[in-house]
Amino acid sequence: MKLIEAIIKPFKLDEVKDALLEIGIQGMTVTEVKGFGRQKGHKETYRGQEYTIEFVPKVKVEVAVPDSQVQRVLDTITRTAKTGSIGDGKIFVRDLGMAVRIRTGETGDTAL
Amino acid sequence: MTMSTRFAVVLGAGLGVLCASLSGVPEASAQATALKIDSGDTAWVLMSSALVLVMLVPGLALFYGGLVRSKNVLGTIMQSFIILSVVSLLWILIGYSLAFGPDKGGVIGGLDWVGLNGVGGEPHPTYGPTIPHQAFMFFQMMFAAITPALIAGAFAERKRFSAMVLFSALWSLLVYAPLAHWLWGGGWLAKMGALDFAGGAVVHISSGAAALVCALVLGKRRGYGTDYMAPHNLPMTLLGTGLLWFGWFGFNGGSALGANGVAISAMVATHTAASMGALVWCIAEWTHRGKPTVLGVASGAVAGLATVTPASGFIGPFAALLIGAAAGLACYFAIVWKGRFGYDDSLDVVGIHGVGGVLGILATGLFASKAINPAGADGLLHGNPALFGVQLLTAIVVAVFSAVVTFLLLKLVDGMTKLRIEPEEEATGLDLSQHNERAYS
Repeated sequence: MKLIEAIIKPFKLDEVKDALLEIGIQGMTVTEVKGFGRQKGHKETYRGQEYTIEFVPKVKVEVAVPDSQVQRVLDTITRTAKTGSIGDGKIFVRDLGMAVRIRTGETGDTAL
Repeated sequence: MTMSTRFAVVLGAGLGVLCASLSGVPEASAQATALKIDSGDTAWVLMSSALVLVMLVPGLALFYGGLVRSKNVLGTIMQSFIILSVVSLLWILIGYSLAFGPDKGGVIGGLDWVGLNGVGGEPHPTYGPTIPHQAFMFFQMMFAAITPALIAGAFAERKRFSAMVLFSALWSLLVYAPLAHWLWGGGWLAKMGALDFAGGAVVHISSGAAALVCALVLGKRRGYGTDYMAPHNLPMTLLGTGLLWFGWFGFNGGSALGANGVAISAMVATHTAASMGALVWCIAEWTHRGKPTVLGVASGAVAGLATVTPASGFIGPFAALLIGAAAGLACYFAIVWKGRFGYDDSLDVVGIHGVGGVLGILATGLFASKAINPAGADGLLHGNPALFGVQLLTAIVVAVFSAVVTFLLLKLVDGMTKLRIEPEEEATGLDLSQHNERAYS
């Protein structure tokens, strides 16, 4: 099992969600986050006074998937979250030791 | 040479017409007729007084309120309201007499009109021969109230409420009243022939110079240059800008003290300079920083309005256009370069009112024309370089006088009640620390 964390542009969330549902992903967790990468925030100017806003609003999508689906999910997110301009975000994949469905007590892949 | 000379000439012209049409009428009786109240003139001055009130509350209150951080918006709006109340009362009790009362040595008006004693419904020969004397007093009251409120932008977000009230009250009596007397009450600058139609020196240079001293004496806001201090509500500032622009027609148009050709000529000049100031600031910022900002257009309009004020009743539309352009450009760069001087004039009173006021007073010395207003004078471009010299002297004298007395008043008030709020109160904001309220809950 892997936990896939995708940091994406907020306006791309619906598109990513719909595409993931289409390939059979049944659930996800979404958080509003702030951060910066090479994009390095943006500038605001008030009467010539410049403020650099370093932390840009993003959305973090977390999806837990069996190993077999990892590549498909990565491809789907990459395809749908992409605008081609700077600030599209990043995807991190980490190993997932255990998953439990609270209602039934099922564990592992069947709990996903 | 503003008001007294101006109205003497208006009076003279009126007399001439009267004598021509009623030949054979003795001059003494013509004089009595000339001092008759004109209902059109009176209506316009009463209306203009209300327009200038709107510039202060809610115009300036919202203009400044939107520019501060959300924790300071009520405290900032409060400054305009309380200054209006306190200065209006002082004006009736003593301020008007000091500014416009019978002249004492060209320096100050006497105490003859304390409590509006003798200031009634009859016209005064030099303060508007066709309107009740009290209407002139009332119109001038609004100018007295808005001027100290302009300074508040320099010490925004950090001045103790009690200190602000005390300072503004004293300033209105010890800086504003003498300056109004010098230029409008028959004082020494007026006698030298200085022209200030609606307050480039009395209102804008005086408040701009005071603002610089306030910013230097109070010091920077905590976190200035590092913290995010962007305006919290620009639509509020834009609403304030619109009300300032609207009210300025009364400020400048009303300074003609009559519903006449000079009034409309002043309004055309006012509107032209405001439009040009907005456009030029916009282009300057667009070229210099890459984007035209809304706050830039608002600031340019106010710069144009402030700058054209002293000239508005003496110039034609083309001069107003040039003045507006110069205002947009000069005030924009004054504010951009403010950072180099290291003082925190938080809402740019120096850059807009100080720079605009000086520019306007000098421009009056260049562009003033008797063809536009026979009661004025010709400027440098109309063959009278002497006027430019007088205007330059006026700008320097008014700035220095205001700066010195402001400094002394700040020291005095600091001794009575500390000028600045405590660091923790500053972090909390004026609204909660000074007034136990919050604007947005």
